[in-house]
Amino acid sequence: MEENRVAHHEKLIVIGGSAGSLAVLFKLLPKLRSDLSIPILIVLHRRSSGDSSLADLLATKTDIPITEVEDKDQIMPSHLYLAPSDYHVLIEKDFTFALDYSEKVNFSRPSLDVTYESAADIYGESVVGIILSGANEDGTKGILEIKRNGGTIIAQDPQTAQMPVMPQNAISQAKIDRIYSVTEMADFINGI
Amino acid sequence: MLNDLFDIHGYDFTSYSKASLKRRIVRLYSLDKFPSFAELRYRVKTDGNYLKRFVEEITVNVTEMFRDPTFYQALRTDVLPILGTKPFIRIWHAGCSTGEEVYSMAILLKEAGLLNKTLLYATDLNPTVLEKVRKGIFPLTQMKQYSESYIGSGGQKDFSSYYTANYGQAKFDSELSEKIIISTHNLVSDSSFNEFDLILCRNVLIYFDKELQDRVLKLFDASLGSLGYLALGTKETLKFSAVQNSYKQLNREKIWRKIV
Repeated sequence: MEENRVAHHEKLIVIGGSAGSLAVLFKLLPKLRSDLSIPILIVLHRRSSGDSSLADLLATKTDIPITEVEDKDQIMPSHLYLAPSDYHVLIEKDFTFALDYSEKVNFSRPSLDVTYESAADIYGESVVGIILSGANEDGTKGILEIKRNGGTIIAQDPQTAQMPVMPQNAISQAKIDRIYSVTEMADFINGI
Repeated sequence: MLNDLFDIHGYDFTSYSKASLKRRIVRLYSLDKFPSFAELRYRVKTDGNYLKRFVEEITVNVTEMFRDPTFYQALRTDVLPILGTKPFIRIWHAGCSTGEEVYSMAILLKEAGLLNKTLLYATDLNPTVLEKVRKGIFPLTQMKQYSESYIGSGGQKDFSSYYTANYGQAKFDSELSEKIIISTHNLVSDSSFNEFDLILCRNVLIYFDKELQDRVLKLFDASLGSLGYLALGTKETLKFSAVQNSYKQLNREKIWRKIV
């Protein structure tokens, strides 16, 4: 177990989503085993209010601890992180988070591209990028970058997505490793 | 490249957050279509005008009025009534960028009847953005959102009474700007220059590494009078800093009071 925790310190799953992705997380999170050691960062497009209640809401769906990212937080194993509204989330070489309040990217802050690209840079082949339902094209560029750095990329099956544009766009532009339903996604994560 | 900037121009970015800085430089490199990284580096080294652009672009100058309305509400209800008991109030907006937060603060002070005994010091490392603070002119297209945030902060007036609209711009009243003292100040290299009752530095420390954050927090500590207030961005914290034991957080908002 201890060994496992150390090894997984340098791995990360980044789940990104926009419109329609909250319903997916509500189904996905309860299916994750509570002793999962790999950290997961969730980046969602959301309204730009300083409202932090989304983390509380997601916490009701899982036993894994979940917190909204604060600047310079150390990425810990067995932990879920949620990108705060109105900040981009970047990752530093020492596996801490860095927040960024610069221009919106793809009309979005947080932008999935920004976080996927940063995760690709730091984690290389040890990152899994998952792209969920959404109505715009944010995320595709970042997913490509994860692939280019040797990481694994997964898209929600557009047929199961409320808004198929985002996963579909990623699938048509990147060599997606897996196209998954929510249940398959949970099995994959639990098997890491 | 960061060493060039420091050696030749005296700008020290070596303690900035690497992840953010790298992203800003890559962004500018592609925005200005340099054929190679070496050419960007050469241009920064040799072209003074381009250096200005470089510094403006790699530092983040995104800001807005009344961002996080509940924060401004906390200032109205918890901080200003206490500051109001003083004969004279000094406030420092450190890293103020184009000044939207400074004008928001001036409006709060005016509504609390405190503006006439207050001075607002607005500083940034970047002279170009300070010119905008001096003018107090912001895009009219933003005013609808700013007005909503103003109301969310507890504002009860007609927000448009604070500015004059003209040619797509909103010029804020000179009554507000008269109380604003503008100066360049680099948090990395410059020292304390006055004693303040309230220091606001929101979403600036996120671009610094932990060690520089700690240094800047010590600078703020040295610049705050006893029982003064320090306000940071909603996702920033004192928890990694040596000064944290001298401060008490007010409530859910990121406002601390110096208790020693």
